[in-house]
Amino acid sequence: MMRILLFFLMMVPLPLLAKEEVVLGLSQDNVAITARFDGSEILIFGAVKREHRIPEEPLDVIIAIAGPSEPAKLRRKDRKFGIWVNAASVDIISAPTFYAVATSRPLETVLHPFEDLRYGISIERSIRATITPGMTENAKDFTEALLRIRQAEGSYQLLEGAVNVDQQTLFRTSISLPSNLTEGTYRTRIYLTRAGEVVSHFETPINVSKVGLERFLYNLAQEHAALYGLMSLALAVFAGWLASAIFRLIRLG
Amino acid sequence: MQIYLPIAEISVNAFLLLGLGGIVGVLSGIFGVGGGFLITPLLFFVGIPPAVAVATSANQIVASSVSGLFAHLRRKNVDMKMGWVLLAGGLVGSAFGVGIFNYLKSMGQVDLLVRLCYVLFLGVIGSLMLFESLRALRRNKLAGGVVIKKRSRNWVHTAPLKARFRTSGLYISVIPPLLVGFCVGMLAAVMGVGGGFIMVPAMIYILGMPTRVVIGTSLFQIIFVAAFTTLLHAITNHTVDLPLALFLLVGGVLGAQIGTRIGVKLKAEQLRVLLALLVMAVCVKIALELLIEPSELYTVASRAGAK
Repeated sequence: MMRILLFFLMMVPLPLLAKEEVVLGLSQDNVAITARFDGSEILIFGAVKREHRIPEEPLDVIIAIAGPSEPAKLRRKDRKFGIWVNAASVDIISAPTFYAVATSRPLETVLHPFEDLRYGISIERSIRATITPGMTENAKDFTEALLRIRQAEGSYQLLEGAVNVDQQTLFRTSISLPSNLTEGTYRTRIYLTRAGEVVSHFETPINVSKVGLERFLYNLAQEHAALYGLMSLALAVFAGWLASAIFRLIRLG
Repeated sequence: MQIYLPIAEISVNAFLLLGLGGIVGVLSGIFGVGGGFLITPLLFFVGIPPAVAVATSANQIVASSVSGLFAHLRRKNVDMKMGWVLLAGGLVGSAFGVGIFNYLKSMGQVDLLVRLCYVLFLGVIGSLMLFESLRALRRNKLAGGVVIKKRSRNWVHTAPLKARFRTSGLYISVIPPLLVGFCVGMLAAVMGVGGGFIMVPAMIYILGMPTRVVIGTSLFQIIFVAAFTTLLHAITNHTVDLPLALFLLVGGVLGAQIGTRIGVKLKAEQLRVLLALLVMAVCVKIALELLIEPSELYTVASRAGAK
């Protein structure tokens, strides 16, 4: 652990005017999706480095992890001729596939709306600005629905009070990643705030990728689709024949 | 035991998949239906993206049908000649069906049309079969088990290009089976299933084939249609999930063997009543989904495969 800490310490550049800096450690900066992958828990910890006395105002920490963004299509069902059918739809140019925000106290206490606008920290900020123009009338209903659905399935998490801050210097939290992760770079940002103002921030990536058999099958399905399809069929025919043969043996024997 | 599915990109309990495959396999063995109209909705329920569920269940249908077919082949319950004729019509029909499907897709609302198709066909076929087989059961009881089947002569017998189907004991024109194959293939492609639940009643009631032969012959035909569908999905959409298919088919092939043995013990009329009830149950479930207000009005389609 000390080695990781030391490593990050060396990585941190020294801005001339910053008074407080984040020194960060991660339990893992690589998430490998294997055949037995069932979600992952990432421990994020660190310290605040400063060369002056601790200010009066209490220190708060916000940690945000954002997965790769993808376009999405949202549809709303309406009742027509007595049955429920997809009626209106809204295209969202880009929305993160995963987004978790952990804070030391309620988000609205530790982050001024203006600062949220500037840094784009809250979950709403990560999607709201990217809706196709035109369908503006009830676009808000649609983005709220997206937040609601993704929050219900655990893809979007707001973890208020989940960051522990000790002596205004040490902080730590853990964020659980669900099993339906999209591969890619997960942008991890840490913000230090005082009275709602961001005083310092730090960013590091976490890589999520399939490995081993999962990687092999995925690539095969994408790059040699015909071969993969024939392989699936061969497997199906073989399994069908095998089961039949085994049952026949059991019956005869 | 959780396993991660590389194409579906989700982690699922392996025993749950084995169980799902098993249930559908048993039904497939009993009734000679591929089970596509059952397994696809079940996979949605587990959380597999729809596109992956449709493509992978086609692959699983191949496996359970092969397993069932071998059992029927040994009992000489497969009319190969009839199977090839149906298949010829079926492949042309499914190519035609894919065309219709893509046209509807470009107009939007393909989802709704598929559902309405399900409700209509399952409802009509299910209720027809239920009434007919219940009547047959009652008649059987009254006649003390002896049935004198009245062979009706209709256009199936009078049309040209007659051929002898020895296993089925039929001497009919090849045009009706070709047409049946074509229509079923077309519907199967639009509805994304093997088409057994339409094929089985069509063979019994339109072609007048004996129930004993119908199931093996239907399985024979389904194997090719499902294999064709699997390849098409694998090549164009990359949505066949091999590990998912593997777990489903291990459960499925075992289930199919058990199902075939259950099927042999049941009387033809009982078999038909049960299949009719099953078809009606799925029909009612899909109809209710359309009629009852959903708890979440909004749906998200995000991944490339789910579109």
